[in-house]
Amino acid sequence: MPEMFLDGRPLSVANGTSVAAALALGADGCSRTSVSGQRRAPLCGMGTCQECRVLIDGRRRLACQTLCLDGMQVQTRP
Amino acid sequence: MNEATDLLIIGAGPAGMAAALAAASSGVHIVLLDDNPLPGGQIWRDGPQASLPSAARHLRDQLRNCANVRCHAGTRVIACAADKTLLVEDAERGWQIRYERLILCTGARELLLPFPGWTLPGVTGAGGLQALIKGGLPVRGERLVIAGSGPLLLASAATAKHQGAQVLRIAEQARFGAVAGFAGQLPRWPGKFFQSFSLFDSHYRTNTHVVEALGRERLEGVRLQQQGQTIELACDRLACGFGLIPNTQLGQALGCAVEGQALAVDAWQATTRHDHYAAGECTGFGGSELALVEGAIAGHAAVGNSAAAQQLWLRRARWQGFARALNTAFALDPRLKSLARGDTLVCRCEDVPYGELVGHENWREAKLASRCGMGACQGRVCGAALEHLFGWTPPAPRPPFSPARIETLLELEETPPS
Repeated sequence: MPEMFLDGRPLSVANGTSVAAALALGADGCSRTSVSGQRRAPLCGMGTCQECRVLIDGRRRLACQTLCLDGMQVQTRP
Repeated sequence: MNEATDLLIIGAGPAGMAAALAAASSGVHIVLLDDNPLPGGQIWRDGPQASLPSAARHLRDQLRNCANVRCHAGTRVIACAADKTLLVEDAERGWQIRYERLILCTGARELLLPFPGWTLPGVTGAGGLQALIKGGLPVRGERLVIAGSGPLLLASAATAKHQGAQVLRIAEQARFGAVAGFAGQLPRWPGKFFQSFSLFDSHYRTNTHVVEALGRERLEGVRLQQQGQTIELACDRLACGFGLIPNTQLGQALGCAVEGQALAVDAWQATTRHDHYAAGECTGFGGSELALVEGAIAGHAAVGNSAAAQQLWLRRARWQGFARALNTAFALDPRLKSLARGDTLVCRCEDVPYGELVGHENWREAKLASRCGMGACQGRVCGAALEHLFGWTPPAPRPPFSPARIETLLELEETPPS
């Protein structure tokens, strides 16, 4: 059961959970803010559309292709 | 930390796994690369809410037991570094891989067409929702509408229902006659015939398509055109995908010819570039059975085992028939080209609305004027949409093929591995 942080709030998820799923488990499911200020959430689910990009431990990664790990810091509002 | 291998396979879905296994018996050194955390591709995506068929588990176990196959998960191709050398990146580092032969098993992505409200949180692709659920997305008790076209709608609905979602409607744009004609042919492929019974859902409607996703901050409902009538359904999620399109970008960048939106291959699954093969959905949509047999043919052919490859031609022809029937039945209705309004965003990376794109002659002109396709996805979503809507040919892919770190790009300066 990885214990991580989503926008600073602690969250515990099942093994093998994707960060994209964690966004919905721990908050409103949104991943980023678009260039015109809209909140967006994962769309394609398979690493193509880039809508689910988040900051993970300071690096920009795709939430749908990243598994949650212990101590991971995920930010959707950098 | 650079790497050299006899055979490099890009993509560890059914085609890539079958290719690796077929080639492995020859004893050559194989590297299998995939940008997902686990092998299996989309259809066999594993996760806390996934149930893998035993065939997938078996294939995965067999691969694990091949000492000459090295798997790199979570790794994407960033650029061509030199002849037969690719620059790749994972979460930690970038490096070059030099290969003698390459098999492209880059799969397909969903065709996502713009309609009002499609950028609202709560709207996903149809296969997209299925992939997200397998990865642990909670849908229990949620009201879902699934729309678009193709058998993936039923598969996605089945996964959602299995996880406790309430599927209100499955909206298939194709007409009843086309779908019934397709279903009537299914007994030719008995496995598919029986699978179709397990997927059938009483909320399935043909000749029905999405008109608008409704909501302010997130999705609250959906407006559908259902067999000539406009209806509205309150719902929590809309999963909408209009079929699959082959991922040809890397193949194109490597100089492989494209024919009818897919990588062109011969009977040996060889592309137009020597020593470069392709198999599975990147050579045309046909499902996992076709991908498996194409992958095996490519794997055998790439290590010079022509006899073993040839033995599989008949099986491939059988599944090619299924693919043809599928692609004819679910051809997209021209009505779907007029869903977007002037203020509907088409490019979701740069937030470019439809109104700024109409009136341009081609992709290049539209891009220079609007920044359409210049964002992080590099036109993978809007390029495919505009090809469908306006017939614009998307641009030839340029490196970096995916957003990459500067440190990775600096690896291009390294001497390639010998």
